[in-house]
Amino acid sequence: MLNFIWFGMIIASVICAACTGGLGGLSNAVMEGAGSAVELSIALLGSMCAWLGFLRIAEKSGLTALLAEGFSPVIDRLFPEYRNDNEIKGKMCMNLSANFLGLGNAATPLGLAAISAMAKKNPGDTPTKGMILFVVFNTASIQLLPVNMAAMRSSCGSGQPFAILPEIWVTSLAALLTCVLFCKLMERRSVFQKGR
Amino acid sequence: MAQVGAAAMPVIIGIIVLYGFLKNVDVFDTFLEGAKEGITSSLQILPTLIGLIVAVSMVRASGLLEMLCSLAEPLTKAVGISPEILPLAILRPISGSGSSAYTLSILQQFGPDSETGKIASVLASSTETTFYAIAVYFGACQYKKLRYTVPAALLGDCAALIFAVLTVKLLG
Repeated sequence: MLNFIWFGMIIASVICAACTGGLGGLSNAVMEGAGSAVELSIALLGSMCAWLGFLRIAEKSGLTALLAEGFSPVIDRLFPEYRNDNEIKGKMCMNLSANFLGLGNAATPLGLAAISAMAKKNPGDTPTKGMILFVVFNTASIQLLPVNMAAMRSSCGSGQPFAILPEIWVTSLAALLTCVLFCKLMERRSVFQKGR
Repeated sequence: MAQVGAAAMPVIIGIIVLYGFLKNVDVFDTFLEGAKEGITSSLQILPTLIGLIVAVSMVRASGLLEMLCSLAEPLTKAVGISPEILPLAILRPISGSGSSAYTLSILQQFGPDSETGKIASVLASSTETTFYAIAVYFGACQYKKLRYTVPAALLGDCAALIFAVLTVKLLG
């Protein structure tokens, strides 16, 4: 799937730029894009190391297990295949909490830790239902306080930067529910070779 | 409320370290153990990032978005939203920094408390950078068959667009 999307993005932009005479700008875009990817990954390297370090402390002290237990009623229902796996549940809960609190920098490292733990138990080239749902959770967004957006709004002179909170909550919840419902429907339809 | 948000990270780090210390965990040694793994993880996702970001910056530089949006203009007119919302909806799933910059320009142009400004704010903060998340997460563990991941995520993005417009028009 990503093969087609990536192919489509590149071919469509080459054709579009050729038609509008913007091929020169496109070659700059390639070099700038590659450069900014490296910059991003260096920025990510720092937060990745820091958060995986804090995660390890939380795991060793039993804090993530506590968190996993607290979230169990929801997590067990959404991810039944990981019901008995406290390590994975703990990592997932850390990632979901970071998302909920709007800590984007922490959410990616914690989510990668969770998905790597799930991948260790599932070799091959097809992710499990739980992995798909977990990634889809991370493509949706549930944030208690969208602080960055509020900061952007007030920098543009908004009188009430947080006035759109109800709209954001309703919208992000509706989007997330749509994703979860679709995943659950597909899970029922799909026949898994490994019987998961 | 902005203070609450800014306080979240230090408070959480404080709780993690304090709880570990109380439970007799060697906090610094344990931190280093975990942090070491961060180096390999972030190197592992570098190729994915380069591939994705190059493609995204090509799309942005090619004028493809503007072309798509001018094609869809009759549609946005029929629904009664500014034509500027649609490029944001297309940009949001593929580029985080790109959509932030675009949201900022909408807020500056229309004002943050206008209807268009509100729709843009809601849309931008109700969804994530879908393709980035999918590519990074599944790229990190080398899965090839993503099954229904992309349709599910994109359906969520469409729902977000519809609900952003609806909620702002009805509640705002």
